[in-house]
Amino acid sequence: MPFRTERHHETLRLSPVGDWTIQHVGEIERSLDMLSLDGVRCIQLDLSGISSLDLSGAWLIHDLRVRSAAIRSVDLLSPEPPMLRLVAQTLAQDQSAREPEPRTARSAVEHLGRHAWERLTGWAEGLAFLGATVLRFLAALKDPRVWRPISIARHVYDTGLTAIPIVALIAFLIAVIIAYMGAQQLQQFGADIFVVDLVTVGVLRELGVLLTAIIVAGRSGSAFAAEIGAMKLNQEIDALKATGVEPIEVLVLPRWIGLVIALPLLTVIADAVGVVGGALLCQLLLDMPLVQYFQRVDESIAAWTFWVGIIKAPVFAVLIAAAGTYRGMQVRGSSRELGRLTTVAVVQAIFMVILADALFAVLFMEIGI
Amino acid sequence: MSVAPAIIVSDIVNRFGAQTVHDGLDMRIERGEIFGIVGGSGSGKSVLLNTILGLRRPQRGRVELSGVDITSLADAELRKLKMTYGVTFQAGALFSSLTVLQNVQLPMLEHLDLSARALEELALLKVRLVGLPVEAAYKYPSQLSGGMIKRAALARALALDPPLLFLDEPTSGLDPIGAAAFDELLVGLQRELGLTVVMITHDLDTIFRTCNRVGVIVDRKMISGTLEQISDNPHPWIREYFHGARASRFGASRGA
Repeated sequence: MPFRTERHHETLRLSPVGDWTIQHVGEIERSLDMLSLDGVRCIQLDLSGISSLDLSGAWLIHDLRVRSAAIRSVDLLSPEPPMLRLVAQTLAQDQSAREPEPRTARSAVEHLGRHAWERLTGWAEGLAFLGATVLRFLAALKDPRVWRPISIARHVYDTGLTAIPIVALIAFLIAVIIAYMGAQQLQQFGADIFVVDLVTVGVLRELGVLLTAIIVAGRSGSAFAAEIGAMKLNQEIDALKATGVEPIEVLVLPRWIGLVIALPLLTVIADAVGVVGGALLCQLLLDMPLVQYFQRVDESIAAWTFWVGIIKAPVFAVLIAAAGTYRGMQVRGSSRELGRLTTVAVVQAIFMVILADALFAVLFMEIGI
Repeated sequence: MSVAPAIIVSDIVNRFGAQTVHDGLDMRIERGEIFGIVGGSGSGKSVLLNTILGLRRPQRGRVELSGVDITSLADAELRKLKMTYGVTFQAGALFSSLTVLQNVQLPMLEHLDLSARALEELALLKVRLVGLPVEAAYKYPSQLSGGMIKRAALARALALDPPLLFLDEPTSGLDPIGAAAFDELLVGLQRELGLTVVMITHDLDTIFRTCNRVGVIVDRKMISGTLEQISDNPHPWIREYFHGARASRFGASRGA
């Protein structure tokens, strides 16, 4: 036991012994809780048996005194240790503001309203960011000095060149999956040759660009948000502004332009690898000679098929770059915020890409290409 | 004194590639003193601190904390040892996703088995001990001023009631009044809690206000002594440091 007790009628003599230090606080606390204080009117504390007392140990004694004070008297038999005095002094000052206010019905309504308002103003902020970027872009068109070719090249390299292996691999696998699934169904009707149409049109019109955009959203959308967000946390954005350099011009525009260049090029690669993947599978699974495959490719694609896919790439690029850079710019305060907004950037980028793809599908159907 | 000194560093060698930062550095810190470590930028103050904290193993030499050689300890023992000291880092290094109170509670949660109430009350006690208002305990580091961050970092360093405290540039970035208040707090806590304090600092005001002894890292070694001894040292860097333009205003009042 960390203390000895002696009971005389209504008086309890409590003599702490041994180390009353932070390592033992948990254990001492549990022993104190088990102490029966029924009918005790006076506690006499004898601290002379304590071999070492630190601040946390002193808090336990202080706490015992304060908690008992209302119902019984607590007397100190030995001189007050300096630690105990320090605790009492520290806690004696104004105790007013404790925990933030508990949640009430009113605060719930308030919370809801605040949240809704933040959402609304969030839209406005997003639009303002978009507007500022477009204005910068238009200004840059007039004044070629603000183009930053080195920065743009770096982003083309980071978002485009280094993404080639993964984009190619995924395009290949997707083409193989489509060809395989298609072949299984179409073979039943002896319509094997239409596997070629399925792969070619599917990859060129939709899947090539869509998958590339989703991969790039995951890779580069997050990188944009994290990079800019970390710079924001590190006050680098403030430093840029203070130097008279517009962050949108040096950080946002080069990323947008870089991605607008890189994503269509990646899409071309994805398209090519997809068509080749389909060819390989057709040869292996359906014994279709490569010559026949490519002849059929030639017949199945219309003049527009390739361009219908490619034309979407710059739009997707702008959506991904906008989500990444905007969310990065929103980071403030903590590293948790950085993680949250990076996630938001990727999720929104992918969502907007798929939504835009759906709109494109409707549009192309209406105009009949 | 019969008890072992708080820290003995003997014959430390720290090398990064071809660059030797410490070459046979010795240091001895007694219990209950405030010891200031001074040195030019790049002289290896932070490397020395990391070596003493056991975050970095030196190429040669011994580091003894309370008589235990930490350079030969296993990881589990080192972890236990880390409960016996508190550290504050230059920029505070508070965990930005936790409130001040949670920052203080983190070491307690990791190392101790406390009830929720004790956890809350003890952390609050530490927050108030360093002179922060109670409201500050529920704020996030990004909502605090520079001075409050330094204090919150001190509260976290004191979370486990360590007898030994390491401070890396505790008053850098504070205004002179804030720095003076921090120094006063530190001296008060040192006296009340019987702490041994080791601090890296560039601030001459802080050195004169708080330190019992100082150690200067020059030429990859340490020269240490009382303030009077050190300021009389003929080494050119030390002369420049203690008697240069910035320091001359202390000359009259200290008679050094």
